[in-house]
Amino acid sequence: MSSVKPALLSAKILERREFLKAGGALVIGFSMRGMMPDALLAQGTPTATRGAAAGPPDPKQIDTWLAIHADNTATVYIGYVELGQGSTTSLLQIAAEELDLDMSQVSTVRLDTNVTPNQGGTYSSSSIARGSPAIRTAAAEARQALLEMASKKLGAPVERLTVSNGVVTVGGMAGEAASVTYGELIGDKQFNLAFTGKATPKPVSEYKLVGARAPRNDIPDKVSGKYVYVQHLRLPGMVHGRVVRPRGQAAYGAGAKVASIDESSIAGIAGARVLRKGDFVGVVADTEWDAVRAARDLKITWDIPAVLPGSDGVYAAMRAEKTGDRVVLERGDVAGAIGGAKHVFAQNYRGPYQAHAPFGPNCALADVKPDSALLICSTQDVYATRNTLAGVLGLSAPKVRVQYYEGSGTYGHSCYDDVAQAAAILSQLAGKPVRLQFMRWDEHGWDLYGPAHVGEIRAAADANGKLVAYEYHGWHHNWSAVETSAQLALGTPASEWRDGAAQMVNPSDCGGMYDIPNVRLVNHHVPGMNYLRGAWLRSPLDLSFSFASEQTIDELARRAGIDAYEFRKRNITNERWMGVLDAAAKAANWAPRPPASQLSGEKIVRGRGIGLGTHLTSYGGAVAEIEVNKETGKVSVKHMYGAIDAGLAVNPAFIENQISGQLVQTASRMLLEEVTFNKTNVTSLDWNSYPILRFEECPEVTPVVVQRLDQKSTGAGEEVMAAAAGAIACAFFDATGVHMLEFPLTPNRVLAALARG
Amino acid sequence: MASKLKIRVNERAYEVSAAPDTPLLYVLSNELQLQGPRFGCGLAQCGSCSVLLDGAEIRSCVTPVSAVAGKSVTTLEGLPHWYARQKKLAKAPALHPVQQAMIDEQAVQCGYCFNGMIVQAAELLAKTPQPTEAEIRTAMNGHLCRCGSYPRVIKAIQRAAQMMSGTLHAANDEQTAEVAR
Repeated sequence: MSSVKPALLSAKILERREFLKAGGALVIGFSMRGMMPDALLAQGTPTATRGAAAGPPDPKQIDTWLAIHADNTATVYIGYVELGQGSTTSLLQIAAEELDLDMSQVSTVRLDTNVTPNQGGTYSSSSIARGSPAIRTAAAEARQALLEMASKKLGAPVERLTVSNGVVTVGGMAGEAASVTYGELIGDKQFNLAFTGKATPKPVSEYKLVGARAPRNDIPDKVSGKYVYVQHLRLPGMVHGRVVRPRGQAAYGAGAKVASIDESSIAGIAGARVLRKGDFVGVVADTEWDAVRAARDLKITWDIPAVLPGSDGVYAAMRAEKTGDRVVLERGDVAGAIGGAKHVFAQNYRGPYQAHAPFGPNCALADVKPDSALLICSTQDVYATRNTLAGVLGLSAPKVRVQYYEGSGTYGHSCYDDVAQAAAILSQLAGKPVRLQFMRWDEHGWDLYGPAHVGEIRAAADANGKLVAYEYHGWHHNWSAVETSAQLALGTPASEWRDGAAQMVNPSDCGGMYDIPNVRLVNHHVPGMNYLRGAWLRSPLDLSFSFASEQTIDELARRAGIDAYEFRKRNITNERWMGVLDAAAKAANWAPRPPASQLSGEKIVRGRGIGLGTHLTSYGGAVAEIEVNKETGKVSVKHMYGAIDAGLAVNPAFIENQISGQLVQTASRMLLEEVTFNKTNVTSLDWNSYPILRFEECPEVTPVVVQRLDQKSTGAGEEVMAAAAGAIACAFFDATGVHMLEFPLTPNRVLAALARG
Repeated sequence: MASKLKIRVNERAYEVSAAPDTPLLYVLSNELQLQGPRFGCGLAQCGSCSVLLDGAEIRSCVTPVSAVAGKSVTTLEGLPHWYARQKKLAKAPALHPVQQAMIDEQAVQCGYCFNGMIVQAAELLAKTPQPTEAEIRTAMNGHLCRCGSYPRVIKAIQRAAQMMSGTLHAANDEQTAEVAR
């Protein structure tokens, strides 16, 4: 048989004689390498030297950022994780561009606190905006150093040298003496050079790779099955773990307390063990199925206080809280302007808790020893996760090594830190390496949801359709700062993040695209203890903001008798907002007429809406075309058009793919998605109780990238969702003449709204 | 108690030690270490764990391993050979046309759901070589994607259908793996 002797392969591959008897055919065996993490495979290789000590490596050294190998390829060390959006390939495009290498000559490694630089977390779609300056300058500086080496070697001044695909050539000369490769100059040796940031990157006019539609480097392995997700990894000597928790989380500040455990209930599962620390309960077993069964069968009762408001009562409860209020923006005199305005509109809107619901539940592997720990998980920030894990384990941060492996698309802070902490606790208790994957109900039920929101808005326009006043009050709680595992195991008290720009009423969505002389935006911070756990979910809170804001704009347009696109144009001077508005309208072949001006008595009515919005950077514009069945209440989104201006688009093809995904995900969130809960627990625990959009309901999508070569690159992973949410809401208004005050636009809600009129 | 079940996966016979009620998924992932089928919900709701059983798509997360004895399991990894056998090709391509089309259309985002997407699409095109868009949507409706890749998956399936009918040629290199008769 194969010479590979996989230590972990337990199925017996039948020998030739036996397989013939079994009627099978022979395919050559497979390698085990794919399922072993880098940290173990790397021993004895050059990567091992690099990863020998705890990071972060010194950002002031060129060697921290890249290495040139003898085979004339380069490894670029990036501090941002690949989340399936292509940002790693884009950053490699930038590095290859500055180094004058071909895309096939550059690669990167997975994030590892012993290896990769600390560039902060992969948040807010900022990998390119925040990551590219360091990568670009380090690559430019390395190129300069390589040219100086080549100059000495070839005996020609740097000015006469040109580079193509890592081959340095003296201009005007031919033959062997006239050229040398990067690999020959430095191959696998360190630069030992301080990173000064002084090298001048290429001018945009010379770009060949940046701005090009290079294919993503992860896709071939993702379709063949060779790609290694965190869920695929196995550690030698490991056991399988599962957590045991109530089905559906309780109030964040109250937690859940173990009342009783009957360990004899799983006595029939040989080798399964219950592990407990405080109110943290888990099981481990030699086989995964035994761990799953043990977690399922363990008899346990919980004390859960009935303090949640329930999903039906959440908005009233939030609105009644004593809140921490902060004026986010105040300009002019809103009350005065409204008093004298021709058209005034005020309305209250509501948006639900929504789940990250990654398609594959989070998974982590932990090998915790008395004085060190290895953790492998899908965190968006390996260094931050290292710090919290160190706290949970009682180790100092440098004793903990965190490695990133991609999981399934997380779109914000799902349970990746929680599962890592849980795996670490289980490994520490078991004294063995543990692989832990959440079950579907753990992931859906114990997520850190995108918080529910109440928005109260009033706005006014003059007789010419010029916006004169805009006031927005937003109520929601903040992100939860303590993971469930730490809370249960250590009793760490629940607390919230400090209010930052992403957690407050967002001026970019709330009127900021329009020129309005009188504006007042107020954030009402609801204390989050008697609510669900919260965190950033792709385009956090923005969908709620634009759902309220863009419907209000359309109502003013209707009252002024002006087309929705035209009304927006009259109120915009910023050319970048105008650019995405125009791009979306043009793609949709927008024909002017005022909103809700062609209402029909038919059973199925059509409408279209246009919207603007973003997250913190970039500019998004969208158009939605929908159908509403007035008898059943079913809303179908037929076609969505989305435009993003994210400055210099390093790879427009990736941004198009991101726009498509954002449009589909927004349709899903606006039509279907809401976390449900009663007084004690979350009750939406799977894809039936928390439905998302499916193939049959999926709209056609038209993505448009507004390329701005002269502008800094900004985010493109979430910046058209607010616009798209607004467009869907406005399309419903256009179709029916009725505002939806709450999403998602489920049949019951739609029928109630139509009945209300 | 552990038994010694014999199962056939990707045209190869295996003896596995799992208890008969163990869902096939855990056997494929842990004993055979296949990376195609993967855990998504354990409830047959999402399609993450899909494999073909005698050519029909099933959810391996809810199928006991004992139920596949005497039948033929094909996973994502085995699709090129399965396709070659179906089309009576002398050599298996490196990738099934659906896999190649997913690359050509750059359909993937995080890619975790693409095991099920590809397996289901391969089954669809084996049974309905030239599906309409509505037929594609219906056939694929049991497969969820959190990233919203549906529009490009539809395009890729249409492209694969063209590739398989010879109206569009795949760009992938053929590999020399031997195919069983």
